[in-house]
Amino acid sequence: MTHTLPTLTHLRRLEAESIHIMREVVSEAENPVMLYSVGKDSAVMLHLAKKAFFPSPPPFPLLHVDTTWKFRDMYALRDKAAAQAGMELLVYHNPEALEKGINPFDHGSLHTDMWKTEGLKQALDKWGFDAAFGGARRDEEKSRAKERVFSFRSANHRWDPKNQRPELWRLYNARKAKGESMRVFPISNWTELDIWQYIHLEGIEIVPLYFSQPRPTVERDGLILMVDDDRFRLRDGEEPRMRSVRFRTLGCYPLTGAVESRATTLPEVIQEMLLTTTSERQGRAIDHDQAASMEKKKQEGYF
Amino acid sequence: MTDPIYKTDALIAEDIDAYLEAHQHKTMLRFITCGSVDDGKSTLIGRLLYDSKMIFEDQLAALEADSKRVGTQGQEIDFALLVDGLAAEREQGITIDVAYRFFATEKRKFIVADTPGHEQYTRNMVTGASTADLAVILIDARKGVLTQTRRHSYLVHLLGIRNVVLAVNKMDLVNYDQAVFDRIVADYTAFAAGIGITDFTAMPISGFKGDNITANSPNMPWYDGPALLPLLETVELDATIDQSKPFRLPVQWVNRPNLDFRGFSGLIATGAVRPGDEVRVLPSGKTSKVSRIVTLDGDLPVAVAGQSVTLCLADEIDCSRGQVIAAADSPTEVADQFETTIVWMDEHEMLPGRPYWLKIGTQTVSATIQHPKYQVNVNTMEHLAAKTLDLNAIGVANIVTDRPIPFEPYAQSRDLGGFILIDKMTNATVGAGMIHFALRRASNIHWQATDISRDVHAGLKNQKPAVLWLTGLSGAGKSTIANVLEKKLVRMNRHTFLLDGDNVRHGLNKDLGFTDADRVENIRRVGEVAKLMTDAGLIVITAFISPFRAERDMVRAMMQPGEFIEIHVDTPLAEAEKRDVKGLYKKARSGQLKNFTGIDSPYEAPEAPEIRIDTTALSPEQAADEIIARLIP
Repeated sequence: MTHTLPTLTHLRRLEAESIHIMREVVSEAENPVMLYSVGKDSAVMLHLAKKAFFPSPPPFPLLHVDTTWKFRDMYALRDKAAAQAGMELLVYHNPEALEKGINPFDHGSLHTDMWKTEGLKQALDKWGFDAAFGGARRDEEKSRAKERVFSFRSANHRWDPKNQRPELWRLYNARKAKGESMRVFPISNWTELDIWQYIHLEGIEIVPLYFSQPRPTVERDGLILMVDDDRFRLRDGEEPRMRSVRFRTLGCYPLTGAVESRATTLPEVIQEMLLTTTSERQGRAIDHDQAASMEKKKQEGYF
Repeated sequence: MTDPIYKTDALIAEDIDAYLEAHQHKTMLRFITCGSVDDGKSTLIGRLLYDSKMIFEDQLAALEADSKRVGTQGQEIDFALLVDGLAAEREQGITIDVAYRFFATEKRKFIVADTPGHEQYTRNMVTGASTADLAVILIDARKGVLTQTRRHSYLVHLLGIRNVVLAVNKMDLVNYDQAVFDRIVADYTAFAAGIGITDFTAMPISGFKGDNITANSPNMPWYDGPALLPLLETVELDATIDQSKPFRLPVQWVNRPNLDFRGFSGLIATGAVRPGDEVRVLPSGKTSKVSRIVTLDGDLPVAVAGQSVTLCLADEIDCSRGQVIAAADSPTEVADQFETTIVWMDEHEMLPGRPYWLKIGTQTVSATIQHPKYQVNVNTMEHLAAKTLDLNAIGVANIVTDRPIPFEPYAQSRDLGGFILIDKMTNATVGAGMIHFALRRASNIHWQATDISRDVHAGLKNQKPAVLWLTGLSGAGKSTIANVLEKKLVRMNRHTFLLDGDNVRHGLNKDLGFTDADRVENIRRVGEVAKLMTDAGLIVITAFISPFRAERDMVRAMMQPGEFIEIHVDTPLAEAEKRDVKGLYKKARSGQLKNFTGIDSPYEAPEAPEIRIDTTALSPEQAADEIIARLIP
């Protein structure tokens, strides 16, 4: 009797690995949570979580550490996606940032520090989460190539590059002392192209901002910024202009650069991505601060 | 670029749908590159990324700037800078950890584990090799086979990598001379056979110039083997081989959304499974049939090695995380004693006899390692006698687990034969290992049931057995209190026995010294003796420094619940040193006595002892009375 067995494609192997990682965390952590930022990587991660635990709903909540400055389209999809997955959605705002009115126009890098870095630590402490899934990928940035899948943080959330555990085979050591926590990156081994191909293959819903359409924009400091609401402070002489743009990566709208594009469908987006000549993170303002800036932020507790 | 190996821009531009369709059928290969510091490893990986257009313009601009600033290639692009990661490492000019890189060709996606060639980082290479299907061993054509080459090859073989590529690099610097290449390959062949590598592909390359990387180079017409990338695109994947082995699924998670559904989730380690297949759950041995293979995308007719699935069984049988669902007619072995190879990965040496957590598949059990049979010198492959293993040491030792576990020899299955060791106190991953085989000894030595039970022994003596475990610094007063305590108990017609640290070292343990490893073994033996004595119904009093929590906990676990009473004879170091009854502190302070607890060897005070005796407040008489009051209320 001969059988032809299916050959697993690279996407199916990546999928199986991510599911394996999520199930390990649920089996070994006491109180896991999935960080959900509404971007394409989060969308894939959420989709994988649904697969990992089907027919159960994913046995953990989603956490959005919000800055109040995301695109409106992102808030809309966030609430919808959580409801469809049958998961609880927790939204956290750093009360100090809220009170001080921290915003990307006046406060520069303090905006990211307070809303995101501090906000994340506060949220994890507030609910006592000991494991947080994040959508970081190793191909995003040089220092991330060495990040473990299970990344251990001290009781004050710091990451010590010298004190991370070796990861062999499919064996992850999830044991930790009280107060310590771990960040877990189930899509570590996916590349940007893998993510796009998988979204295409699986028909995963993503924020419309990834597709080109005419949007009100201004050009500032080499970035094309979208005027998403009336909080956007125009400088003297700036006049919002309609441009056909899309976003390759999503964050706070006043900090996220758009690219001019005619890609209105997923295959066209992938086509542009494959033919493009600049890397994904270039649209994010925070990486330009200083050399090795991601690594520094990570040590401080930024994802 | 029109190179056919990489994505064809024309197809992307003309028919993206066709391109996407074609690219959904790629397979994935994981490989590792190993080489010494200057073998050009980072340059080769940088070259692979660059040639596969994984480098964007902004990264290239940064690379050109970096190359001029810190590069080692003059005005030319230094590809190595693409892959040297963390800031500190970049400045030192060496990679010091495992980094994973990604690129893709028309046929495959590749994950490259980039590991350092540095001597002290065996741990990183073993980590990178553990998931690799293939290894590229780099040799500098100018230097030939080095000590590091031998070490890398040994580790590659140890971790079970079947496909080995010997890449003789920097051929451009030896004028593409075939004689140089042939000599190196001959050297390597002689050595490789000795360590068990019988099959490998040797190729002459230049990572810097790009020779024999994507296509055969016109600079070396004498070489008629494959170029590197075409080879990487066609070697057989481990996943394919794993599919043809017997079915095994280590159960990761039991999926139970409601009373009507119970599924067993996990990643299939080897083999294939279909609804209707007979399966056996290990270690219990219960059998059932697979009723469904459940996924979000609908039930599957078949699932294979490498897939994460959820199985439903036809019968309600016990099955939980850590157990293995296997083909009923070819189940895995189950055992609790193994011969293994261990790679030690922690700065603190391995302590034979100390219990560690052992994680294998989806199961975590308590395990103790016996004294190594030998350590392997990874440079010469010699077997050396060893009492323990230090950071980056590799040795062969037996391991005993606290319960039988399903397993397979590592050579059969990485998932069911590879394990990690975890320190119970620090939770650090301190070692990794590979099972060779189970020891049959365990099954041949059965516990001999005797008619006179421990209850009969204790009943005759009209007492409840116990171990009164006195721990504390040297000179704390343990022996003095123990002696008074025993006299008082005997006066109360109790049957006792006092095991004193110094006395035991005159006989039973006279072969042991004072290293951490010997201290662990000392306590283990005392624990076993105390256990036999409690079986005989005795109240055992022990007086040992017993400085480590792990061993005190180990002895506690040997005894019946409630029989182990930990007594911390708590004397501050300054006070004990002031008393210095035996003059030992003076010797230790002057350096005449090594590994002295409290001076140059740690004492881990009990966190929650049953009894704590403050010797600065109580006399030995009062201390003994307090212990008796707690023992016999």
